[in-house]
Amino acid sequence: MKPTNIADPNYFHKVVDCQWACPAHTPVPEYIRLIAEKRYSDAYMVNWQSNVFPGILGRTCDRPCEPACRRGRVEEEPVAICRLKRVAADYKSDIRDRLPEIPKKKNGKHIALIGAGPASLTVARNLLPLGYEITLYERDPVSGGAMRTQIPRFRLPLEVLEEELHYVLDMGINCRFGEDVTSMKSILAEGYDAVFVGTGAPLGKWLDLPGHEEAKENLHTGIEWLASVAFEHIESIGKKVLVLGGGNTAMDCCRTSKRLGGEEVSVVVRSGFDEMKASPWEIEDAIAEDIPVLNFHVPKRYIIENGKLVGMEFEKVRKEIDENGRRQLIPTGDDPVILPCDDVICAIGQENSFPWIERDLGIEFDQWELPTLVNSRFQSTNEKVFFGGDSALGPDNIIRAVAHGHEAALSIHLLCEKQDLDDRPHPIMDIQGQKMGIHQWSYSNDISADLRYAVPHAAKEQTLNDINLEVELGFDEQLAFEETKRCLNCDIQTVFTDKLCIECDACVDICPTDCISFTQNAEEDTLRKDLLAPAENKEQDLYVSGALTTGRIMAKNEDLCLHCGLCAERCPTSAWDMHKYLLNTAKAVDACPK
Amino acid sequence: MSYIRKPKFSHPGLQTNDLGLTRRDYEGTLTTLCGGCGHDSISAAIIQAAAEMSLEPHRVAKISGIGCSSKIPSYFLSKAHGFNSVHGRMPSVATGANIANQDLHYIGISGDGDSASIGLGQFCHIVRRQVNMLYIVANNGTYGLTKGQMSATADMGSRTKSGEEAQFENIDMATLAIELGASFVARSFSGDKKQLVPLLQAGLSHKGFAFIDVVSPCVTFNNTDLSSHGYKNTWENYVALSDVDFVPMRDEITTNYEPGEEKDITLHDGSVIHLHKTDDSYDPTDKDQALGHISKYKKKGKIATGLLYINQSTSDLHETQYTIDRPLNSLGADELCPGNGALNGINDTFR
Repeated sequence: MKPTNIADPNYFHKVVDCQWACPAHTPVPEYIRLIAEKRYSDAYMVNWQSNVFPGILGRTCDRPCEPACRRGRVEEEPVAICRLKRVAADYKSDIRDRLPEIPKKKNGKHIALIGAGPASLTVARNLLPLGYEITLYERDPVSGGAMRTQIPRFRLPLEVLEEELHYVLDMGINCRFGEDVTSMKSILAEGYDAVFVGTGAPLGKWLDLPGHEEAKENLHTGIEWLASVAFEHIESIGKKVLVLGGGNTAMDCCRTSKRLGGEEVSVVVRSGFDEMKASPWEIEDAIAEDIPVLNFHVPKRYIIENGKLVGMEFEKVRKEIDENGRRQLIPTGDDPVILPCDDVICAIGQENSFPWIERDLGIEFDQWELPTLVNSRFQSTNEKVFFGGDSALGPDNIIRAVAHGHEAALSIHLLCEKQDLDDRPHPIMDIQGQKMGIHQWSYSNDISADLRYAVPHAAKEQTLNDINLEVELGFDEQLAFEETKRCLNCDIQTVFTDKLCIECDACVDICPTDCISFTQNAEEDTLRKDLLAPAENKEQDLYVSGALTTGRIMAKNEDLCLHCGLCAERCPTSAWDMHKYLLNTAKAVDACPK
Repeated sequence: MSYIRKPKFSHPGLQTNDLGLTRRDYEGTLTTLCGGCGHDSISAAIIQAAAEMSLEPHRVAKISGIGCSSKIPSYFLSKAHGFNSVHGRMPSVATGANIANQDLHYIGISGDGDSASIGLGQFCHIVRRQVNMLYIVANNGTYGLTKGQMSATADMGSRTKSGEEAQFENIDMATLAIELGASFVARSFSGDKKQLVPLLQAGLSHKGFAFIDVVSPCVTFNNTDLSSHGYKNTWENYVALSDVDFVPMRDEITTNYEPGEEKDITLHDGSVIHLHKTDDSYDPTDKDQALGHISKYKKKGKIATGLLYINQSTSDLHETQYTIDRPLNSLGADELCPGNGALNGINDTFR
């Protein structure tokens, strides 16, 4: 193999599994260390720069970082990254003086944002400090989008939501709330320099089965029902509720039903329990509230008596894998299952909908009615129109909407500056040696062996009776500290200088996880087998040095490195050293004016 | 020294041996030697050798004298027996322990100061007595613990870190051991575990006195380009007489080599030392050839390593002394005090 090019920012970024997995590339270990030092406001700002809504995401994020966390590969469970983020938000002091200043003198560019959800607000946050004027259109009378309408208050208290929305709104936005945009043509006619569409995926899917028409009064789609609950248009539901679907919306629907008078609430899914799309922790929370999940039940019809919905019929199925490796659901032949119900909530998916965008504006749509976007610019085929969040690539999560917002804001800025949209600035990387003394580092490498700490919950008797009472209490400072010590500090990189190595094997001997080998160079596949411990996880790179005195090379398997720094502590020549690589993706503000 | 404990997390694919233990279970406390000390690699090699052989840690005794080398036993097999004895007196303690309980594996660890200077007399006699043990000298050619004075194994012409030149003929520990009748003599290098680990395993399986002289550079006080015992000089000048594999008794030999390229030596316990790519048809059972080779390489400034000499026909101390073949701690009062009749019988033989 060729020596690894560690000057490539992506190389060490990839080693920080959590940050790499985060769509917004939040520097996770950096803020976890700040939390350990009780520097909550600093930790909050690291988050705010990257993900804009730390308090909201610290409660609701889909956490792509956690399955990626290295801790999960050397121990049982990842670090509770998401809930530590919440700690930063919960314990910070007033951070308003740390927010970027908004120039009084504007730059003369005017941008329209359609939909006041996470994507649009991210665009606004990134462009306002550059002097842009922003007009924000929102159908609802208040901002927040899915963060307000789709996430129940017992998971995200109103004050947390409002606080973080206002950090952006208070930067000075022309808010046109309660105004449903019905024509893109008229928006474009207003002469905006760019238009950003962040309208989400607002259409809930119905399950059109026999009896649908008669049952309509007691049928709901998940997202519309949740929105109605959020705006207090709906305040009760029948005693027996069936929630169809296995995603996070279904979990929110069933838990909300329990709080609105549902006594027997069940979740029913077509496929197996293991195939449910909802995050495992959301399923756990639903089950903890005594909500059964019935799997392998395919809905067949709504049962109507006296013109009213009284139940649903399901066919029982089992899973089989056919010869093409595809999963099939085969009827078991058992008697149909009848489940009595007063209400049914269909949480089986949602769709994009752009009836308000005229098709003669040069904005092309694909066969799934999604806008055709140019690469990663989030720019549509009309160069002035950009899309982000669910409206760009279909239903996804908040953190991905934020990531889209960052990229779209950068694109809009480059467009307004008349620069090439594909000539995007490199990430901002800060490299710092961590050596303090012979065997002392400026980070704590004495990681804890403890298992993941659980977040305390409020008593079920209380939370089920108050729809606004937050279920999770969050970590207290002590628990948070204990959890931070589980973080392996993957951003503190092991940097190897081959010219300094005397091949004494000290690093090989001390490495707790057998990551380091000195061996003859070979092709990657051979090398992976030749190491002290085989490197079987091909998603993780090998760090390979140039030839050493003996002609051998150093090959380090990044997969299981604990970043404990013992290799560098034992290295007599500092051929190994620990460097912190702090990486932030480039935002609009980082684009160089030409 | 490092301030933190080694994290307990290990590679999830770490192999377990016949006892269900992994290599990590054979570790000792975290080293307090200088980072880069060859001695740490010797500990690591012993850990690997013992784990692969499925040695029961509590059936091993580690005995050492004084010096950096003699700290090594702390850093491996923390569940084994240990005795950190007086300077240069490890051989006496090892001999006594071995006489008392011949069922244990004895690993004696010493350095060039401990064995070639203050303990040279003790060393000579334990070799002569053929105590059944593995005797390792971690040889760095310097007194590291007292900050870098020349030791008796420093090659003539080699210089200390402060620039002093070695003016006396050095003591070649391997040559001495062969001369004095050691039945297993090897030399290796701490940086080359591929060679050191099978040699340690062979030494542990050998019945009789097994001696391994391990060049183990002192990274702090004797690692300059002008030192014969530094990493650079050793990497450049060590010559392996053959590649060594150790095949434990229970395993079948699966590797096939071209005829003439290999040489198998079956030990008393049935395990096999497999030598291949042997340098000019070197015969490690020929004492004179062994001594000649060491000397020949030394003249060229080279360090001959590998299995230098083996003789499986000698008797160990218990055999020559007709001792009881059970550990003393397993004997009952009747055996230990056989009574007046037995005493009279012995006395009669002197009349």
